[in-house]
Amino acid sequence: MKMNINALDRNEYFYGHKACAGCGGSLAVRAALKVLGERTAAVLPAGCMSAVGFNFPQLCFGNNAIISMFAGTASMLTGVEAGLRRKGHRDFHAVGFAGDGGTADIGIQALSGAIDRGDDIIYICYDNEAYMNTGIQKSGLTPYGARTTTTPAGANIHGNIRPKKNMFEIAAAHDIPYAATATVGYLNDFISKVEKASKIKGTKYIHVIAPCPTGWGIPVSDTVEVAREIVDCGLWYLAEYENGEYKLDRDPGEFASAENYLRRQGRFRHLTDQDIHTIITSRDRKWEKIRKEWK
Amino acid sequence: MKKFLSGDEAFAEGVRLACPEVISAYPITPQTVVVEKLSEMVENGSLDAEFIHVESEHSALSCAIGASAAGVRTFTATSSQGLLYMAEGLVYASGGRFPIVMMNANRATALPWNIYGDQRDSLALLDTGWIQSYAENAQEALDLALMAYYIAEHRDVSTPYMANLDGFILTHTYENVDIPSPEQAKAYLPPYETDNRFDFDHPTNMGFSAGPDTNFIFKYKEHRAFDRARGIITEAEQRFAEIFGRRYTGLLDTYLTEDAEYVIVTLGTIAGLCRNIADELREQGIKAGVVRIRYVRPFPNDEITTALRSAKAIAVLEKDISFGNAGTVYTNVTSALHWGGITAPAYNFIGGLGGKDISADDIREVFRRIQTGTDRLNWIGVNENEH
Repeated sequence: MKMNINALDRNEYFYGHKACAGCGGSLAVRAALKVLGERTAAVLPAGCMSAVGFNFPQLCFGNNAIISMFAGTASMLTGVEAGLRRKGHRDFHAVGFAGDGGTADIGIQALSGAIDRGDDIIYICYDNEAYMNTGIQKSGLTPYGARTTTTPAGANIHGNIRPKKNMFEIAAAHDIPYAATATVGYLNDFISKVEKASKIKGTKYIHVIAPCPTGWGIPVSDTVEVAREIVDCGLWYLAEYENGEYKLDRDPGEFASAENYLRRQGRFRHLTDQDIHTIITSRDRKWEKIRKEWK
Repeated sequence: MKKFLSGDEAFAEGVRLACPEVISAYPITPQTVVVEKLSEMVENGSLDAEFIHVESEHSALSCAIGASAAGVRTFTATSSQGLLYMAEGLVYASGGRFPIVMMNANRATALPWNIYGDQRDSLALLDTGWIQSYAENAQEALDLALMAYYIAEHRDVSTPYMANLDGFILTHTYENVDIPSPEQAKAYLPPYETDNRFDFDHPTNMGFSAGPDTNFIFKYKEHRAFDRARGIITEAEQRFAEIFGRRYTGLLDTYLTEDAEYVIVTLGTIAGLCRNIADELREQGIKAGVVRIRYVRPFPNDEITTALRSAKAIAVLEKDISFGNAGTVYTNVTSALHWGGITAPAYNFIGGLGGKDISADDIREVFRRIQTGTDRLNWIGVNENEH
């Protein structure tokens, strides 16, 4: 049976932190740790989740956890896993939770190295699509058109001019044993992927969309709804890479309105019809490929 | 057992005897021989360790920190640009009180590129909270590998340790080295035990944030650990002498300083040549002496004062320059002299940068110039009109 929310551990492993209301990242961490359980060592780089959870003497992780250097999530995970194994431990999980900047920008080298070595770790990227902890600056995973504090939207440039880096396929291109995309909007899908990852040997990469109400300009009550809508409108997809094959987990068929998804968020409010057309064209091109190649 | 080994190979033998469980390293000249040897030892089963092929020095140290957080003994090695690339991890490891042992092959820092030895890499990172030793020969290098773990992992210290070897001059020069037996090493070095680690029975949060209310207390404790390290270094050397029969002399090594009037203070391999020239001068009736600093952190403030009591003039000879001031060893020594109330003039001599040879004549010239008085800062081999 697939893991679902009702079957989750009642214990809390990420509790008493000071994340903002409606934080998608803290939801992802909380749920994933409930799946992985108490025999888990978590590594979190500098970023939102470490900033809200590790303030001495108020330490919020119920399992073993450590902040890594910003660029060092994966490399520290490697060391933690090797060290715990050398200590004679079996049946434990070494899991990393890094944001989009910590993964796709500053941490990509260490992540690539860990996948290349085949280290037995789970790496979860909670993607809120900008450097939220430092005040909403553009990262390599900020989507086209988004306004951030370093990609201001003005008359000349309409926010971020580059598309998201494709981390899922970059991870897969290493021929990683398991990679998956997810969203906190479809939590059962996410936690079942975490559970699946926890049973696979070698390096596992899960990329979970985790909206940030502060950075996205949405009400704090809309996190989950927006995290669903991004999948329903086709601007994100739920997929897996396993045994050398891509697999699409959910084909929304006819897309929900991407324009509605974009227009409800403050970060996209400046977009022109032409900008939205560009985003939809790019989405359709991607889906044409996905539907043809990812069965 | 005696073997003809380079400094790198000798250090690798010392690491093998210390039995680290996780080794993470990235290659850089002139460190490579150490990691090659350790790889061979892991392959042939004479060292039971995880050898992790990281993709950068930053990851080498990050990985070692992770393994140390899991509670195991770790090792890494680097040099020059690699050490600088690790810099963030250096303060991380020390702040987290992870007693990682690292060998650093002292090498010039780019630009201009240069693979040869000077000490600008490690001395630039003196303030990162690592114990720093500087070996003079291959035997000392091997012995320091063992003592490094004893000192770093001691509960009163719990501080990472950087063992420095002069690039090429020591790392690639062969000497006869006595290799202790594994049984002796085991008797010397207890297994690594710490509470500063992950524990599934008592989960812990490590590497956390500490705000203005508490941060300074952590820093104060780090500093206090260095004070305690002074005593633990002595203890480590006494134990070492008991088991292996070789004696070391703590934070510094003195030569003829009891009545010396003209003393060169230096560190690393150049000390041997300085002693030869001191002998030569003694034959001419000049009371020359040499101080070799073995540990730059913790710094031998009191020991330097004691050694230089009879000095009329002092030269600090180093392969380093802190641009806009003087050599870093010099500023450390002069602060020790000030604290110790020594008023003899101290002159700084900068030499050996980028592997430039420091000759016997250069050392004679240093002794000559401090007898007559010279500039506060002197560049060996530089001709101001020409350069």
